[in-house]
Amino acid sequence: MEEKKKNRLKKVAAGLRQDIIRMLCLAGSGHPGGALSMTDIFSYLYFGDVLNIDPNKPDKKDRDRLVLSKGHACPILYAALAEKGYFDKSHLKTLRKFGSILQGHPDMNKTPGVDISTGSLGQGLSCAVGMALGARLNGQSLKVFAVIGDGECDEGQIWEAAMAAAHYNLDNLIAIVDKNGLQIDGFTKDVMDTEPLAEKWKAFGWEVATIDGHDYDQIEDSIQKAKNASGRPAVVVAETVKGKGVSFMEGVCEWHGQAPSEEEKEEALKCIGEFKTD
Amino acid sequence: MIADNVKHMLETEEKNIATRAAYGAKLAELGGRYENIVVLDCDLSGSTKTSVFAKKFPERFFNFGIAETNMMSAAAGLATMGKIPFASTFGVFATKRAADQVSISIAYTKLNVKICATHTGITVGEDGATHQAIEDVAIMRSIPNIAVISPADGTETEKVLEEIIKIHGPCYVRLCRGSAPIIFNDDYHFQLGKGTRIYKGDKATVVCAGFTTHIGMEAAKELERQGIGVDLINMSSIKPIDSRLLVESAKKTGLVITVEDHSIIGGLGGAVCETLAEGQPAKVIRLGVKDRFGESGTPKELIEAYGFGKKDIIAAVKENIG
Repeated sequence: MEEKKKNRLKKVAAGLRQDIIRMLCLAGSGHPGGALSMTDIFSYLYFGDVLNIDPNKPDKKDRDRLVLSKGHACPILYAALAEKGYFDKSHLKTLRKFGSILQGHPDMNKTPGVDISTGSLGQGLSCAVGMALGARLNGQSLKVFAVIGDGECDEGQIWEAAMAAAHYNLDNLIAIVDKNGLQIDGFTKDVMDTEPLAEKWKAFGWEVATIDGHDYDQIEDSIQKAKNASGRPAVVVAETVKGKGVSFMEGVCEWHGQAPSEEEKEEALKCIGEFKTD
Repeated sequence: MIADNVKHMLETEEKNIATRAAYGAKLAELGGRYENIVVLDCDLSGSTKTSVFAKKFPERFFNFGIAETNMMSAAAGLATMGKIPFASTFGVFATKRAADQVSISIAYTKLNVKICATHTGITVGEDGATHQAIEDVAIMRSIPNIAVISPADGTETEKVLEEIIKIHGPCYVRLCRGSAPIIFNDDYHFQLGKGTRIYKGDKATVVCAGFTTHIGMEAAKELERQGIGVDLINMSSIKPIDSRLLVESAKKTGLVITVEDHSIIGGLGGAVCETLAEGQPAKVIRLGVKDRFGESGTPKELIEAYGFGKKDIIAAVKENIG
C-alpha cells in the first residue's frame, strides 16, 4: 500500500477509535475491546475504496454487503457509517439510548447502512451465506463480507455456515475473523480453544490467509486476494489486539464489555492521539 | 348447518390428502409464477415434499443438509436479496432447534421468509416424541412479527400459500404428516386473521385448527344428530387470531372447547383463552396434549390416548353444557 494511503487510513482509524471511546463513555455500557481490534480493517474496508457502497443510497441493490456477525462490536460499524455519511455524527451520542437509531446490537431496520441485524452470535455468517447465494442467483457481481469473532467460532452455527459456503462454492463471500484471542470469560485458549483455527477453515474448504490485522499492507493484500478467490469462499484470519490503540485496554479481558469512565475516556483519547501521530 | 364453501366431507368419496403433500405440489406451481421463490430444506425434502419444487427448479432449491440453524439465517440473507425463501423441515427442528435464528434473523428483521414446517403434532405417529412438534405453535406465537397458520386440509393449504406470498413478512405454516379429508371447496378464500365457522349452533363453540378440524366436524355432525347444535370454528389463522368471531360465538354459547394436536399450553387453546379472558370470559375446555411428551403409536391410537378425538369432543360438550 502506498504510504500516502496508509497514512490516510491510519488517520481515519484514529478518528474512528476516538468516536468509539466517546460514544461508549456516553452510553455507559458496551463493548470497546472487539470494536477497537477491528478498527484498522474497517478503516480499510470503508475508506480504502474496497466496499462498493453509496451512503446516499443505502439500499442500492448492487452494493457490496457487510455483515457484522460479531454484532457487539457495533461501535466500530456505527463510527464507520457515520464517518462515511450514512447518518449525522450526532447520532453517535445516542448509542444504546431509548429511541436511538443506534441499538446495542445492529438493527437493519433502524440504522441506515446496516445490511442485517446481528447480535446473537453465530447467525451473521449464515445470513451472509444466504446473501451470497442470492447475489449469485440474481447475477450480481457484488461481494459479501462477514466479520466474525474468534470467540464466536465456538458457535456450531459458524461451522454449519462454513460447510455450506464451501459446498455452494461461494467465491463471492469473504469472511474476516477478528482473532483477538480473548472472549468474555478470558483467553480463548482457556475458555474454548479453537486452535488450530486457520487449519479448521482450510479443512472446511476455504481459502485462508492469516495476517496481522493492524498491518495495512497485509490487510490490503489479503482482502484483494480474497476478492479474487475462485470457486470457493475466502477467509482472512486477522490476528489482532483486543482494545488496540488504547494502551490500558490492549489485551485486557475486562475491556470486552465495559465502558470507559470520563477519566478513562480522556486517557484513552490521549493514547489514540499519540498513536495517530506515530 | 354447514357453511357454503365447505364440502359435505362425510358424504364425499374424495381421496384424503396430507397438507404436506398439498404444500409440495402448490409450491412447485407457485415456483412457475414467482421467479423469486427459493426453497430451502434440511435433508428432508422427500418428507416435506419440497422435492417436487427441487425437481422442477433445481437452481432455486438449496439443501442445507442437517443444519437447521444455518438454513434459517441463510433464508434471512436470501430474503434481503429480494428472494422469497420457503424454508422447510420438520416442526420440531424449525421451531425448537432454530428458535433463536427464527426470532433474530427472520422475525426481528421482519424479513420475507416463509417457514413451512411439516410433521407437527403427535399425529406424526410412529417416530415418537423426538419428532412430534407439540410446542411449535406456542414458540412461534410468542415471537413478535410472525404469523402462525395451521391449515386444515389440502385446499386450505393451497389458499394459505396463495395468500402468504402476497404478504411481505415472516410466516409460520404448520403442516401435517398424515392424510385428512378435503374439507373446503375451491371457492374457499383464506384470509389472515379470519376464522371460518363451519357448523352453526348455540350450545357450545368448538374451535379447531389443522389436523383437528375434520375431527371437530365429525363431532359437530354427531352432536347435531343428537340435537345439540354447536359452532364449529376452523381457526387456521392462530396468529393473528379472529377475536371478533371468538367473542361473538362465546357470547352466544358461553362454553368453548378447543381441540388441537399440540400442547394445551400456549397453542390454539392458550390463544383462545387469552382472547376470551380479555374479550368475553367463558368456560374453556382445552383438548390436546396435556403437558406431556408424545410417544410412538398410530395417529388414531395417539389421538384416542391423548384425548382429542371425536368422542372426547362430544363428551366435553355434553358434560359442560348447562
